[in-house]
Amino acid sequence: MKEHELRALIDNVKDGKLTRRSFVNRMLALGLTAPMASQMLDFCGVARADTKFNYKPTKRGGGGALRLLWWQAPTLLNPHFATGTKDQDASRIFYEPLAGWDSDGNLVAALAAEIPSRENGGLAADGKSVTWKLKQGVKWHDGKPFTADDVVFNWEFSSDPETATVTSGSYKDVKVEKVDDFTVRILFDKPTPFWADAFVGTAGMIIPKHLFVDYKGAKSREAPTNLKPVGTGAFKFVDFKPGDMVRAEAFADYHIPNQPYFDTLEMKGGGDAVSAARAVLQTGEYDYAWNMQVEDAILKRLETGGKGEVHVVPGGNIEFIQLNSTDPWTEVDGERSSIKTKHPAFSDPAVRQAMMLLVDRKSVEDHIYGRTGVATANFLNNPERFNSKNTKYEFSVAKANELLDKAGWKKGADGIREKGGVKLKFVYQTSINAPRQKNQAIVKQAAQQAGIDLELKSVVASVFFSSDVANPDTYPKFYADIQMYTTTMSQPDPDRFMNQYCSWEVATKDNKWQGRNSSRFRNGEYDKLYKEAQGELDPVKRAALFIRMNDIVVGPENGTIIPVVYRPRAHSRSKTLRADVSGWDNDTWALARWYREA
Amino acid sequence: MGYYILRRLLIAIPSLLGISVVLFTVLALAPGDPFEELATNPAVPPEVRMALRAKFGLDDPVAVRYVRWITAMAQGDWGYSFVSRINVDQLILQRLGVTLFVIGSSQILALLIAIPVGVIAATRPYSVFDQIANTLAFIGFSLPTFFTGLLFILVFSIWLDWLPFVYQADIKAVGWRWYWEHIRQAIMPIAVLGLFQGASLVRYVRSAVLDVIRLDYVTTARAKGLGERVVIVKHVVRNALIPVVTLVALQMPAIFGGAIVTEQIFRIPGIGSLLISSILANDTPVIMAVTFVFACLVVLFNLIADILYGWLDPRITFR
Repeated sequence: MKEHELRALIDNVKDGKLTRRSFVNRMLALGLTAPMASQMLDFCGVARADTKFNYKPTKRGGGGALRLLWWQAPTLLNPHFATGTKDQDASRIFYEPLAGWDSDGNLVAALAAEIPSRENGGLAADGKSVTWKLKQGVKWHDGKPFTADDVVFNWEFSSDPETATVTSGSYKDVKVEKVDDFTVRILFDKPTPFWADAFVGTAGMIIPKHLFVDYKGAKSREAPTNLKPVGTGAFKFVDFKPGDMVRAEAFADYHIPNQPYFDTLEMKGGGDAVSAARAVLQTGEYDYAWNMQVEDAILKRLETGGKGEVHVVPGGNIEFIQLNSTDPWTEVDGERSSIKTKHPAFSDPAVRQAMMLLVDRKSVEDHIYGRTGVATANFLNNPERFNSKNTKYEFSVAKANELLDKAGWKKGADGIREKGGVKLKFVYQTSINAPRQKNQAIVKQAAQQAGIDLELKSVVASVFFSSDVANPDTYPKFYADIQMYTTTMSQPDPDRFMNQYCSWEVATKDNKWQGRNSSRFRNGEYDKLYKEAQGELDPVKRAALFIRMNDIVVGPENGTIIPVVYRPRAHSRSKTLRADVSGWDNDTWALARWYREA
Repeated sequence: MGYYILRRLLIAIPSLLGISVVLFTVLALAPGDPFEELATNPAVPPEVRMALRAKFGLDDPVAVRYVRWITAMAQGDWGYSFVSRINVDQLILQRLGVTLFVIGSSQILALLIAIPVGVIAATRPYSVFDQIANTLAFIGFSLPTFFTGLLFILVFSIWLDWLPFVYQADIKAVGWRWYWEHIRQAIMPIAVLGLFQGASLVRYVRSAVLDVIRLDYVTTARAKGLGERVVIVKHVVRNALIPVVTLVALQMPAIFGGAIVTEQIFRIPGIGSLLISSILANDTPVIMAVTFVFACLVVLFNLIADILYGWLDPRITFR
């Protein structure tokens, strides 16, 4: 989709011919994120739809207890040290960012008085600064006022390399200054199209300066507040047992009137996903269970219990297959899959195209993932709502055979094709996880019919996803011809996501396989487009660039990537619970608005 | 006696050191990385992970890490959890109580079942009661705890809806309700562990009593005209229980092992579930500490078994 087509679509939204929601869905289909889509609309002056969540309670409290079940238990409550989403989700009960992302990708102010825009002067025309106005009258749970000093402090805290925070990616390249007590300005050293990163969403939760000021840098681990959070959120801290239980109660001075509805909250951790689903769907012991990584057939059966239902929200996770561009079986300078080599078979576009035709995504969706995995041709896709010529996927053994015949790959006596001494025999690796093994089997079967022999290899997840330099079975090493895993795009902007195909990000021995490009995809045009997108301030032009990048990576000419299913985030919740959950932010991002309806 | 205990304790030190070396090496050689989740998250720059690894000394050679760990341990510093960022001893202490409660109660339940059933079965060998008790005992210790745990959940929580299957360490109710809630949620895990343990003990109690009941002094006691009840309780059971007591002590570590699985199934926040979650998260200091606690328990209960045996049976001397 070209830039002018995008503009035409945006005009349709302006004229009311296309709803905001369906525009966002179309952008998702093109491999963009919802936050990016809504940014385009904002930029083009399309009026923002009011938040659709309907909060009915008319007074604070009175809702009793809210019981949440996180089958991976939170282990710490400082958002800057959160190792996984479980810790972020638990921290989000107490802490708030300046703004969060709703499920349509709109920014919703939390501690900010308003969302910065060109019109209100928040965004600089040169794209090098953004000014946030803070909400006044917000109190920390200990009664101290929240001011700009706290915001500036979070930047100092997080960007200090000594503190080694996991959020530092959002803060280390920016500067933050206090304008007045309730205004802060973020300065970028170059024009930055995506400005809503620091202080926004998952990485943006703000911790109080007065309790952490003495614990910066190396001393950060001694801060007592790490385990007893004092935030600005709707719930304040009662008790925390790492790896087991978080307890909270409604904060009487919360800055939004009539919220929260629930008087107390508990987040129990541990166990496994299936029994968590059971506790919500079947016995109703809990109101909400997160991250339902359970086969859809089981979820459906549990839903017949009648106490709860499974909800799916769009997010950015995708299960995909990488075809190695380099030769994993030749060692060069002590490393296999070196970029000095070329893959003997996948360097032929016909073989890559055949592989793309041999992945039966529809069956994978129907028989393995169900609601929790939607067949896709792109990095993010929703084919029911959108079909365009560059989002097509096809499963056809016959076509694959035809392609390979034409390219001169002849079947040998053993039924395996070969050409010039190169046999189409590949090693296909993934992590151990029941749906993945089934997926492998589906692909293997189809490949066999096309004269391609796949040797299936499964690696324990803790090895496959580790960054252990000594282990040959990790995904960044990619010592196999084909590999498959899920990549997450929880970040609202594709900038960091799409760098995994830049040539300078290739994982090599020199960078201890820290590079993000594990598929070893290299393409001059892609690199050029990526660099262009980094400095492009017009979100529409930028979106067009990202769409083109996506098309290169999955396209028939140069592509080495086969997206399989797009994996929305699933959770179970009680039938009476009304919850506002977004795939672009933490599950607990809007806890204050949750309520129960009889 | 004092000298014996002292000597045994001194012998325990090198064996514990040996255990710790093996544990540490195995953990160090095992694949995995505590900051794995950061590696797959594109939002986290790789430098952060590198800095964390350096900060926690993960890049040093195994030997250096071991010496550092053992010297800290000797000074009472159990280490620092990578994942929770608090001291390991604090983490274990928080959870030890629950584990001891569950294990202790299940052991009591096991004895309450095993002793009467075993004794009655032995006094009437090959009767219908004995046959039934034997059959049930075989079934009981053939079924692994993870299976009976799931079975119990299915029957009592889901079909009958009587008992909750998510354990809460801190119940907010007061008074009788508090006790009631605690008992309600503890019934299933305690029963799973207790029945398993009890089933194997029944067999031991039965054979121990059978051994004793045929001895001449029992016949003498009966000949004196003592009632059957007194003969069994005062003369037979007292002597028959000597090997059983040592067996109970020796089996304690096995119960801790069974508790690991049971805790995970019922979401009991004990040290067993702590061990599982730390293994999944590659949180080496916690795994080290918990496994080391288990190792100490094995050594300690072995010692207790030996001492109890000598104390109960004066024919055995300590040297």
